[in-house]
Amino acid sequence: MAKIKLPAPPSNPLSSPKRPGKTYGPTGALGHAEEAGVSAVDWIDERTSLSGGLRWAMFRKVPKGTNWFYTLGSATMFAFLSQAVTGVFLAMYYDPSATRAYESIQYINNDVFLGEFVHGMHRWGSSVMVILIFLHMGRTFFFGAYKYPRELNWVIGVALLVMTMTMSFSGYLLPFDQRSYWATIVGVNINGTGPLVGPYLSEFLRAGPYFGATTLSRFYAIHMLMVPGAIAALMGFHLYLVAKLGTTAPPWIKAKGPEELREEKVTVDA
Amino acid sequence: MADRKEPKSKYTVDRKTPGAFEGETVTRRRAMVVVGQAAGGVAAAAFVLPALGFAMGPIFEKEDQPWQPVGKVDEFNDQSYVPRTITLVAGIGDAGKSTVYIRKYNPQLDTEPRDEYNNYIAISTLCMHLGCPVRFTAAAQRFICPCHGGVYDIVGKVTGGPPVRPLDRFYTQLEGDTVAIGPRFSVNSELRRFSPRDPGEPLDGVGQYLYPSRPSMRKIPGT
Repeated sequence: MAKIKLPAPPSNPLSSPKRPGKTYGPTGALGHAEEAGVSAVDWIDERTSLSGGLRWAMFRKVPKGTNWFYTLGSATMFAFLSQAVTGVFLAMYYDPSATRAYESIQYINNDVFLGEFVHGMHRWGSSVMVILIFLHMGRTFFFGAYKYPRELNWVIGVALLVMTMTMSFSGYLLPFDQRSYWATIVGVNINGTGPLVGPYLSEFLRAGPYFGATTLSRFYAIHMLMVPGAIAALMGFHLYLVAKLGTTAPPWIKAKGPEELREEKVTVDA
Repeated sequence: MADRKEPKSKYTVDRKTPGAFEGETVTRRRAMVVVGQAAGGVAAAAFVLPALGFAMGPIFEKEDQPWQPVGKVDEFNDQSYVPRTITLVAGIGDAGKSTVYIRKYNPQLDTEPRDEYNNYIAISTLCMHLGCPVRFTAAAQRFICPCHGGVYDIVGKVTGGPPVRPLDRFYTQLEGDTVAIGPRFSVNSELRRFSPRDPGEPLDGVGQYLYPSRPSMRKIPGT
């Protein structure tokens, strides 16, 4: 019978070489807790080898000149995460029916503990996300970070922008007050002005020729299931490409080759 | 391209594929890949296509538009409009209701030929710019839209602002001494009847072809 060779378990940081002047082994409750945490993480890592990928994604080399503008992408992602979390909890109280939606929003705002706060986070957070995504896009444009080999990431980013706008549009209807209702009528009719496909597109959005019984639930499904799933998936791919391709230096940082190559060039010129 | 490789033979025997049969052109591995991917495609189509049809269905379903009584004959006149509320979509409360402006046919105002469906003129309040609700201002004899400044004259023709065609209308008919309102229809700038279109879709010139009518809503045939 062939012998199976198991991979060696990763080295335990607690068993690294001893240094003088330090006590070893778990001491006290804190030490035991630390050991338990480390061994739990080790247990997962031994079976998944996730730590390598995490290290690859998170501890990257970044170019000189990287500054606060480079955080706008992560800021957009955190705005999305905030929308996702507050949205899931709003869904616990929200009722997407044409006769109950407005009342359920009133209930969230007036009666649910922290309801107005969580609803407000979601409502204002959506504007924050749109502003951040545009600032992030502007940073990418003005720093030239869309150029080779990052064009695909720009295209994905544009798709994410369009989907964020779709989220804003579909979410606007959900409070189902006068403003939501008429804004949606106008928005759907704008879709209808596209030649040839427009009339069918607006009927698809309304689920019929008039704003009807299933329009609201249709918008709700688009708002909380279809588009967020697609955004999360594309955001993952966007981040993968960022980790794979690295970030660009700001345009005011001059590119410099290694010392020896520059010297070689000088001698060739001379 | 002088150094291009000789094209490979289509027979696996000539390509020296291990385990090749005489006359075989597709390897078993290739056949398995194709079959496996086709099976996956069929399985995915089995749930994607019904789901798509489910979501698109309402586009091709005919909307039921029953005749609704809106008042007795003597409640309406041929000089000005009387507002009435009708139900466009039942079961969703106020969101399914709409206001319609009704007056008697007036030969001095109305130029279109008279038939059984226009003894009473019923004007839709859907603005033909983007669908906001217009209101009739009696003093100005105009329909005015609050959103983007669309203005229509007393028969619903555009006199100002962004709307692309006159206000839509509803068929009306007399049921004894009661006026009833039927399906909606759209009109071009000569007030010719067309199957109902959404706001923002012009009907003059090539408009009726650029914005086709939909199966869910058609005008009464022959009108």
